[in-house]
Amino acid sequence: MMRMQPHSEFAGTPVPAAAAPIAIELSEASVTFGRGARAVPALSTTSLRIADGEFVALVGPSGCGKSTILRLVSGLVQPSSGVVIVGGREVAARAMRVGMAFQNPTMLPWMSIERNIMLPLKIVEPFRSQFRKLRKTEFRDKANALLEQVGLKGFGNRYPWQLSGGMLQRANLCRALIHEPRMLLLDEPFGALDQFTREELWSILQELWIAHKPTVLLVTHDLREAAFLGSRICVMSARPGRILDDSRVDFVRPRTVAMTFEPEFVALNQKLRAFIVDARTAATKGAA
Amino acid sequence: MSEFDYRQKAWSAGLIVLFFLAWELFCLMTGMSDLVLPRPSQVFTTLFEKFPILWPHILQTLATTMIGFVLGVGLGVVLGAIIGVSKTAYDTAYPLLVGFSSIPKVAVVPIFVLWFGSGTVPAVLTALSICFFPIVVNIATGLATTEPELEDVLKALGASKLDILWNVGLPRTMPFFFASLKVAVSYAFVGAVLSETVASNRGIGNVMMTASSNFNVPLVFAGLFVLAGLGVALYVIFSLIEGRVTGWATRKNDVITT
Repeated sequence: MMRMQPHSEFAGTPVPAAAAPIAIELSEASVTFGRGARAVPALSTTSLRIADGEFVALVGPSGCGKSTILRLVSGLVQPSSGVVIVGGREVAARAMRVGMAFQNPTMLPWMSIERNIMLPLKIVEPFRSQFRKLRKTEFRDKANALLEQVGLKGFGNRYPWQLSGGMLQRANLCRALIHEPRMLLLDEPFGALDQFTREELWSILQELWIAHKPTVLLVTHDLREAAFLGSRICVMSARPGRILDDSRVDFVRPRTVAMTFEPEFVALNQKLRAFIVDARTAATKGAA
Repeated sequence: MSEFDYRQKAWSAGLIVLFFLAWELFCLMTGMSDLVLPRPSQVFTTLFEKFPILWPHILQTLATTMIGFVLGVGLGVVLGAIIGVSKTAYDTAYPLLVGFSSIPKVAVVPIFVLWFGSGTVPAVLTALSICFFPIVVNIATGLATTEPELEDVLKALGASKLDILWNVGLPRTMPFFFASLKVAVSYAFVGAVLSETVASNRGIGNVMMTASSNFNVPLVFAGLFVLAGLGVALYVIFSLIEGRVTGWATRKNDVITT
């Protein structure tokens, strides 16, 4: 069902038939918002198959439907046509056990960072029923262990307004991971951060991924970020989006920021960039 | 508390004293009759002498205010939650609420008297009807301004509407709620006194009405002072509660940087 494209030679081999079990499958899924004359197509018929434990980066011009794919997978949006299967089940109104993080960290200002991070445990079973009993001991340790992994050791008792943007975004990653989701959906999580903080968080996210091996779907505008983090990159066309290119990134892990300046890496970035420039030009011509 | 705060408070107290002094002097110099404008010293003396008579009326006014206030808060929270959660309910109900709130409440008192007779019940109802609106508006606003991203994060975890309301919506509404409480308690007080003035045989409003028909002007002013004191006290109490409960909403410049 994979929409294979001929231009995938640049970053290693084309995506092979997945050997690992399929975590996410979109078959012929499309999304249209509104109805009748005012209908806005957000996502053209798209097929995508993501294996368990893969790290997929979605790039493309703005407004191309990248976030729509995330919302489809999380069950926040229903496909207008086609089927979305996550973890072997069709996505219905009830949602999966996914972790999500957006560009805006949305920590609740009246709770300490630790309690903010524990919020998903209040909602998701089986933690929910244990919450009253365990929140002071095991759950707290769990939250603090995660905080330590992202370099926020000892900040659990602080309040969100006491932390910088980068620190909040680290806490946001912790909140997305606390309930041990098999799937992590990230929508431009580092978009609002400065270059150096962003690079630091790439490494942290990579470590978290290597440690927990969830299936990750990362939406980003930053091509270096996509190439640094992704084991696979999907390039999308302008709105209504469809997948133009889908290819594997085989740089060894753990990747370092220094690697992003090596010729191979730069070449990959340039190729990705060319795709998006083409997509943007095509969109402008289509509109004219 | 900083030195600046103390100085500010000293100035405020000074202004109040100055106001009464100017009033006293004005009456003395113009030889004003105490049937028109009694001197503050006379008013305070009357207040002190008549306090045993005033006390049950103070309790009455406080009781009607608080009963009306509590009922108004209950009604306001329920209505505010309903129209805050649903955009449709908000758009549908808002014009009616605005229409209701813009009726001068003094015009409603005769209707309450017609239904329930004069006395405590109309006072409670007037207090209720005047104080629930700011609560509705504030609760609804607080709920309607929940960040959509956070709602998505929780929905993606399988949170129900009730989970989101309980964990996010209601706590984030608290600063709005407590801010509206101190406004609402003042409103409730105004409503209760208003109704007592028009139709009751108890309460400070009624004392002032009776005193004025007997030309006991110092007692009228004593009643006024009692009302001012009670109004300030209620406001202060709810401001203090607000500060304790929702301190997180008042940010301090205490940001840690990496």
